[in-house]
Amino acid sequence: MSLDSLDPTQPAPVQESTNGDEVSGDLVLTRVTKEFGTFKAVDDIDLTIPQGSFFALLGPSGCGKTTTLRMVAGLEHPTVGRISIGSTDITGTKPYKRPVNTVFQSYALFPHMDVYENVAFGLRRRRKKDVKKQVDEVLELTELTALSRRKPAQLSGGQQQRVALARAIVNRPGVLLLDEPLGALDLKLRRQMQVELKRIQTEVGLTFVHVTHDQEEAMTMADTIAVMNAGRIEQMGAPVELYEAPRTTFVANFLGQSNMVDCTITSTAGDRLIADMHGTSVAMLTARSTVTSGKLLLGIRPEKLHVITDEVPAGDLDVVKGGVITDSSFIGVSTQYLVRMPWGQELMVFHQNRDTARVLAPGTPVTLAWSPEHAFGLSAEQDAHAGVETVDEAAS
Amino acid sequence: MALTAPADPADLVSTAQPGPPPVHRRSRNPITWVREHIVGIFAFLAFVYLLLPNAVVVLFSFNNPTGRFNYQWASFSTHAWTNVCEPAGLCSSLVLSLQVGVLATVGATVLGTMMAFAMSRHRFRGRAPTNLLIFLPMATPEVVMGSSLLTLFVNIGIPLGFWTILIAHIMFCLSFVVVTVKARMASLDPRLEQAAADLYANETQAFWRITFPLVAPGIAAAALLAFSLSFDDFIITNFNASPSSITFPMYVWGSATRGTPVQINVVGTLMFLIAILAVGISQFVSWRRSRRA
Amino acid sequence: MTAFAGLERGSQGPAQPPPDSGKTRGRWTPYFLLLPGMAWLAVFFIVPVVFLVSMSLQTGNIVDGYELTWNFGTYGDAITQYWDQFVRSFIYALIATVAALLIAYPLAYAIAFKAGRFKNLLLVMVIAPFFTSFLIRTLAWQVILQSDGIVVGIMEKLHIISLLQWLQLLPTDQVIFSPFAVITGLTYNFLPFMTLPLYASLERLDPRLLEAGGDLYARPFTSFRKITLPLSMPGVVAGTLLTFIPAAGDYINSHLLGNTSTTMIGQVIDGQFLRVLDYPTASALSVTLMATIVILVAVYVWRAGTEELV
Repeated sequence: MSLDSLDPTQPAPVQESTNGDEVSGDLVLTRVTKEFGTFKAVDDIDLTIPQGSFFALLGPSGCGKTTTLRMVAGLEHPTVGRISIGSTDITGTKPYKRPVNTVFQSYALFPHMDVYENVAFGLRRRRKKDVKKQVDEVLELTELTALSRRKPAQLSGGQQQRVALARAIVNRPGVLLLDEPLGALDLKLRRQMQVELKRIQTEVGLTFVHVTHDQEEAMTMADTIAVMNAGRIEQMGAPVELYEAPRTTFVANFLGQSNMVDCTITSTAGDRLIADMHGTSVAMLTARSTVTSGKLLLGIRPEKLHVITDEVPAGDLDVVKGGVITDSSFIGVSTQYLVRMPWGQELMVFHQNRDTARVLAPGTPVTLAWSPEHAFGLSAEQDAHAGVETVDEAAS
Repeated sequence: MALTAPADPADLVSTAQPGPPPVHRRSRNPITWVREHIVGIFAFLAFVYLLLPNAVVVLFSFNNPTGRFNYQWASFSTHAWTNVCEPAGLCSSLVLSLQVGVLATVGATVLGTMMAFAMSRHRFRGRAPTNLLIFLPMATPEVVMGSSLLTLFVNIGIPLGFWTILIAHIMFCLSFVVVTVKARMASLDPRLEQAAADLYANETQAFWRITFPLVAPGIAAAALLAFSLSFDDFIITNFNASPSSITFPMYVWGSATRGTPVQINVVGTLMFLIAILAVGISQFVSWRRSRRA
Repeated sequence: MTAFAGLERGSQGPAQPPPDSGKTRGRWTPYFLLLPGMAWLAVFFIVPVVFLVSMSLQTGNIVDGYELTWNFGTYGDAITQYWDQFVRSFIYALIATVAALLIAYPLAYAIAFKAGRFKNLLLVMVIAPFFTSFLIRTLAWQVILQSDGIVVGIMEKLHIISLLQWLQLLPTDQVIFSPFAVITGLTYNFLPFMTLPLYASLERLDPRLLEAGGDLYARPFTSFRKITLPLSMPGVVAGTLLTFIPAAGDYINSHLLGNTSTTMIGQVIDGQFLRVLDYPTASALSVTLMATIVILVAVYVWRAGTEELV
């Protein structure tokens, strides 16, 4: 798998647009910085979001993702930098003149207007013709037709969410911004709305920019994810790529869980790097490492590790012996183990319960093995635990 | 923006928990009963205390007193109800109070609403002194405000009368309007205005289509409050009125020594009924609105 | 009622910074919006107080005119002469405030927690007395408290009369035109000002806190003392101020329900200004009243630890 399999600067196929007069094209942020006093909320970001894509800005709270969104919406102004859609520069454009619409975190539905009037609001402001036809179409699309004369207070959370969405997409904006739109919904409804949002995005073909701290939500919906941390973009790419080949420990830890082991590269062999892991020689793909010599952090996902109690099966495997199980918890689909390695580090292992579940008790001596193709190498000059505690913080 | 039931964790918690502990219907021991309902009994007595004078006002509006004072129940009569304007000066004082009340309400509501908008929607220097200046009149005894205004008018030679009363009324109603409208603005989600801007409404459109309709109930409440403060004021008015500008409270004050006509009670009862009716209608309208949808 | 809930909230809550939308608007807009109202308050509230202070330091008479002589002696004379009325005003206001708090707290508590769907109706009933003129309602107390009336009869049966006499609130057998009648009127007239802020702060209290208190072995009274009361303190502070300040300056109750030995300071100021026409003395009394109240309120607010009140 190549790290550069998705080039974000490559425009996606242009969707047919019903409004020829609208501003359209890729959303481009050029060297955008936003400072609040001495605090840099957004630090020199370059970002191209292809037209028609479902793009997610993912990061813990305070990483600058909402500030970035608000700058695109025109609710904040960049300290430095330029924002444009297609060939139109919108950096200084007032919010109400931008071809950008937002689905607000709390929906911000107008409480004194019914669903229909909320949805028609933007069209009426721009003195569009055929308001009724367009509103009806969008209400149909979002399955709100029967509720069109209700007031926001009389709707459930999921219905309010759909009104907020309908109110934005009816304007067919060049970019649609979604600010943690599912945050107020309970888990089951959130899953439902994720599917719904994806369907609607596919049908209308608008560019969706979705801000979230929920990595699962981002991976479920987005074509492309940009992981943000401390005002910068850590890595951008397709969900699979970010998960399988993270390029920083922050990304490795923020998207799912990772084991990070200190290693030293000893030699290269063809397309492989050979490294010393606390006395054991292990191999990995050169293409999956950001460093090719000296110290590195070898990363491996818990579900890619095999726990072996007897014979090591034959095959292309990296094998480390001498582990001892210190904790095991059975969680149905899998069993999670903590394995203390000879060098003192505890590694996490997820064992799929494909066969009859057999839970190994703490104290059991084990050997760990993995395919060299599953490991990834990261620069050792960073905190191996970056992004770990921020997951809890963001989830709270 | 209210979270609805399924999204509100508080709801989930409260439904997940067992309800309030069941009320133990123990023996009909009166002491136990009193102990269980002690708060309710106190509240009932408090309501008696609060509403007894109103009941007396209504009752004595049907009295046919024997002397100049309407203190002793004599016999039932509807004379006062059919001859409200009979006592000299009563109806003219009512008209003056209504005139002052309406103008003071308009003045204080316009000025106060402007201030409330400035304070809750704008950043500016001097917020603390502004707050202080708005708070002070509410924390000053009326007798001080009335006497200081009188000193001003006497010193610069403004003749007392209608206009001095109006000036005073706008002054003391202003702070209450600001505070009432500000409270309404504070409960308004600022993201609604951002959402309007996001949906192509310029600042003027966002104000008239979103902010103003949502703040309007607060402005209406402030106006009603201003009117009732103005209509009911005696102390400040008494300092700044002339013998030819007698408001209704001044008329009542004067009659307390000369003799209280029954018609005063009629006016008091009418004010009470009109207000209750207004409250009833507004409650009914909001009830209808919530049912219809 | 919005007004009082609002007043309470507006004055208690920490000053919330305005949203960040200000930047996109004109820089001068807030000043333009504030100017007329602020000017009105400055010209007709601040300037008159300056005139009042100035008047209190002048000498002369209404016929020959006045001259600023910085005569601070007026204050000494006025305060000495009307010391009794000053002390009486503050004592009456204090008793009325405490009485109103004792009556309003159970009332507000019952409305907030026990009223169920009658909450709004009961709130209307609290402000309903306002709908009839203050003066007319105070006059009604003359009827209620008259010597051969039902209320006085009940008070005699329950020996309340002798209790009040023992407390020096009733010099004679007559209930009307006594200190007791004045304090009854003051308490009655300002009771809604006490009830509404109390209600507003109790209403915001999460009843689950009390359940949690009970869960943690607190008896109902302990829960009240340790949870409800501390959390309703903002309402107590706002309510006592809204009652004490107007009660101390009021003279309608002492005039209509009292006698010559219950005269309060407001009555004296009114008489000096409007009948005796001794403006310097009247102004000095007025300034003294205002200063005393400002100092008392400042000390009270400081002791109650609610600096954000202003």
